[in-house]
Amino acid sequence: MPEVRVVNLTKKFGNITAVDNVTLTIRDQEYFSLLGPSGCGKTTLLRLIAGLIEPTSGEIYIGDKLVNDVPPEDRDVGFVFQTFALFPHMTAWNNVIYGPKVKGFDMKQATTVGHEVLEMVKLHERLDAYPGELSGGMMQRVAVARALAAGAQLLLMDEALGQLDAKVRNEIRYEIRKMAKDLKLTGIHVTHDQSEAMAISDRIAVMRKGKILQVGTPQELYMNPDSIFVAHFIGESNFLEGYVTGKNKEGNIIIELREGTKVEALNGSFSEGSNVVLSMRPETLIVEHGLQEGQNVVSGVVERITFEGSSIRYEIRLDNDEMVIAIKPTLSGDWLEVGERTKVFLPVEYTRVFPYPETGLKEELSVA
Amino acid sequence: MTERITETLDKLSSRNVVKYVVYASAIIIFFSLIFIPPIAGIFLKWDNIQFILEQPALVNRALGAIQNSFIIALTVAALDLIAGIPMAWLIARGKNRWLSIIDTLADIPFIIPTTALGYSLLLFWSGSGGVSALFGESIVSTGWLLVMLLHFTFSFPVVVRVMVGALLDYKVEFERASRTLGAAPFTAMRTVTFPVLRPAMISAFILAFARSVSETGATIVVAGVFENGSVFIQNIKTQFAVSNPALYNGAVVFASFILITVSVGIFITIRLLGPKLKLPLKRVRPQTERKLSYKTAERSRNTVILAVFFALILLPSLFVALSAFEAIPTPTFTNAISGSGIWSDYWQSLLLSYGVGGIVTVLNIIIGLPAAIIIARNKAGKFMSSIFDLLVNVPLVVPSIALGVSLGIFWTSSLALPDFILLVLAHLAITYPYFVRSMAAAVERISPDMEEASRTLGAKPLGVFRTIVFPLTKYSMLSGAIMVFTRSVSETGATLAVTSKLQTAPVLLVNWIKQVVPASQLDIALASGFLVLFSFIILLILRLVVGREEKY
Ligand SMILES: Nc1ncnc2c1ncn2[C@@H]1O[C@H](COP(=O)(O)OP(=O)(O)OP(=O)(O)O)[C@@H](O)[C@H]1O
Ligand SMILES: [Mg+2]
Repeated sequence: MPEVRVVNLTKKFGNITAVDNVTLTIRDQEYFSLLGPSGCGKTTLLRLIAGLIEPTSGEIYIGDKLVNDVPPEDRDVGFVFQTFALFPHMTAWNNVIYGPKVKGFDMKQATTVGHEVLEMVKLHERLDAYPGELSGGMMQRVAVARALAAGAQLLLMDEALGQLDAKVRNEIRYEIRKMAKDLKLTGIHVTHDQSEAMAISDRIAVMRKGKILQVGTPQELYMNPDSIFVAHFIGESNFLEGYVTGKNKEGNIIIELREGTKVEALNGSFSEGSNVVLSMRPETLIVEHGLQEGQNVVSGVVERITFEGSSIRYEIRLDNDEMVIAIKPTLSGDWLEVGERTKVFLPVEYTRVFPYPETGLKEELSVA
Repeated sequence: MTERITETLDKLSSRNVVKYVVYASAIIIFFSLIFIPPIAGIFLKWDNIQFILEQPALVNRALGAIQNSFIIALTVAALDLIAGIPMAWLIARGKNRWLSIIDTLADIPFIIPTTALGYSLLLFWSGSGGVSALFGESIVSTGWLLVMLLHFTFSFPVVVRVMVGALLDYKVEFERASRTLGAAPFTAMRTVTFPVLRPAMISAFILAFARSVSETGATIVVAGVFENGSVFIQNIKTQFAVSNPALYNGAVVFASFILITVSVGIFITIRLLGPKLKLPLKRVRPQTERKLSYKTAERSRNTVILAVFFALILLPSLFVALSAFEAIPTPTFTNAISGSGIWSDYWQSLLLSYGVGGIVTVLNIIIGLPAAIIIARNKAGKFMSSIFDLLVNVPLVVPSIALGVSLGIFWTSSLALPDFILLVLAHLAITYPYFVRSMAAAVERISPDMEEASRTLGAKPLGVFRTIVFPLTKYSMLSGAIMVFTRSVSETGATLAVTSKLQTAPVLLVNWIKQVVPASQLDIALASGFLVLFSFIILLILRLVVGREEKY
């Protein structure tokens, strides 16, 4: 139910800054994902919100109330741990009704609440089993049921699907989202799996090294990444280094790539001579037999082909020795072969240009 | 050359016959040297029981003493848990950097040979220079209360050590989950942490119980006219061993039999029923429990526990050091250093103690390693291995003087073994569980995957041990070995029972304190002081070793 707001939030562990001056609003009833590579501070941010650790500085608001000094048991949050943290000495059922019990409910009330939430997570069997005897999927359901039974308004999930196999994971992630929506909960979902975040989130915050790089809907992040890292981490991108040699009459810039090839790209705000990185999604590149020489056409050799079912993925080494990836629908026919020379067309309308990162492209793309 | 030998041994080790022989001999050695003699011996003199049964007064005295043993052991173990758990919590969870010093200090009463500890407590509680100086009279005189205080003191570190280890291993995630589900810190501790840590509490309780039931030397020092089982056996010895050997044998066999049976019975009951004991999550009272969770409540709990620790445990344990310092400027000190008069016996006894300790430690490593692997890896089949695991603990809970009596009868009735060998055998039996348990726990922590990986990479079984198991457990091995050594050095009861010729340091100290040998207060204080000093050095080594292990 609540809106969650963190303001200038920082958490340091010794000299490591795990969360670095983060300001973020998660809307009421939103299903929100924190996405980022391992070690970027997602778990730390989630723990701060839950009150499991105290911030070094900054404020946390849950539903307009400053909760910095509120202990976790009074924040009405449900936390689903990566390893589920089901109490090993209690049966599944006793795990579920643990929340109501420690809140002082009598057995009858606790039982009612327990049955309600089990109905929601569709768990009816093996309630007498101990956590060690349950499958991953069932543990997951019990963990969620337990959080809901405690009256959580805000569901915090830390890689809560990480332990499940791909198939179960795909099913459960939609179920949890739907349940959160039905119950009008606010959900914060931590993951390092971008496809999972894209599939279920209303909005996503991409984190890196303790900072939030960009917040937006999955479409926004995909279509308009505002940094090289986001373009790289959400979906897939080709990056080509170059520098601006001038503008043409449409206001587009001309970039000279390595070894002199010139291409035209959208965005006029770079001055002549600035170093840039040209980025393009693999599915926007056009590779076909019979492409003619021309503007934005480069050439290279197909080095590797991966058949991915609905699409085919080509890794092409350009003549300037840079690699690009192109992805084509399988059904488009017209397949290339390994070792074949080909031309690659880079459509201007799909180009994005970023300033060349100060620390170098490689460092910028690294997920560490 | 050595390479050739290891290579040959490696090859041999992959033969099933060799494996079979190694594990079988570990089991045979266990039964023939460790398990059977301390239990079976008494049956060889079973007939003598009739002599004590003819004397109902003596029977009643024996039964009363034995009852005292168990009442004290159970009470002390319970009190130790009550005081030890908050202490362990403070050490494991506290953030203050002074805590690591407190952590080290908490081991002191464990390391000081109990006889010296007993003397220190005696000086502190009822000597004229101790707390009595503050109150004008001796507040705790010798007797059951002082025995309780003593046993509480020397078994406290055991509980703290076990519980700190358990708390450090414990997944804090459970407690966090409980907090987010609405439990106040106190509630989380009560409903989640403690139930999950129950096995550790059970083993802490058993260890404290065993130490209390088993202790003899220090108890004699502080008991006065009070008798528990161990003191009874010793008193009977001085009373009748020469004048009426048949009665002496009867009484000792009678008391030992009951002590051994009841101890083992209690141990097995706790081991079997403890884990089944459900602590039901009764109705929670959120408001009250919340109050108990407040920072102020936590702070006052910490203050109380630290006060208890310093006033009741640490200060009395180290009190003897003060008197020892007093002795330094006196001629006593010069006598001691030059080893003149009674002091020449002292240094000899110290040499004997450390010598036996060293031999026993080495023997334990040799015979204990395969046994530890059997337990940790179920090498004898799951059922047999867990039975073995249970039996290994038996020497721990058998009162050491009773163990000594029985073992002495067993070996001397058929062979005329020299006293020194008897002494080694007795100490070996008593210390065996310590090494095997700590090694088994260490081996269990190594994932079998790792050993299997090494096998698939071509290592032979012995090679796996040399390259994987040994490097990963060598610190546990060292700390297990040091535990065996200190336990052996401090052992009095079994020593008294198996030999009257050889005097180890604690036995000699008992004789000095009991004035069997005329020694002055300063002599005794200084002798205890030396033991404390050497213990400190051992503690320091232990800390360095264990400290290194943590970095793994
Ligand atoms: N209790 C702690 N003490 C010291 N450092 C910590 C602690 N918790 C986290 N860190 C550090 O803070 C940084 C962020 O950790 P965090 O667990 O939040 O990352 P994460 O994004 O959740 O990573 P992952 O995807 O691997 O779970 C890491 O460098 C980590 O080593
Ligand atoms: Mg994490």
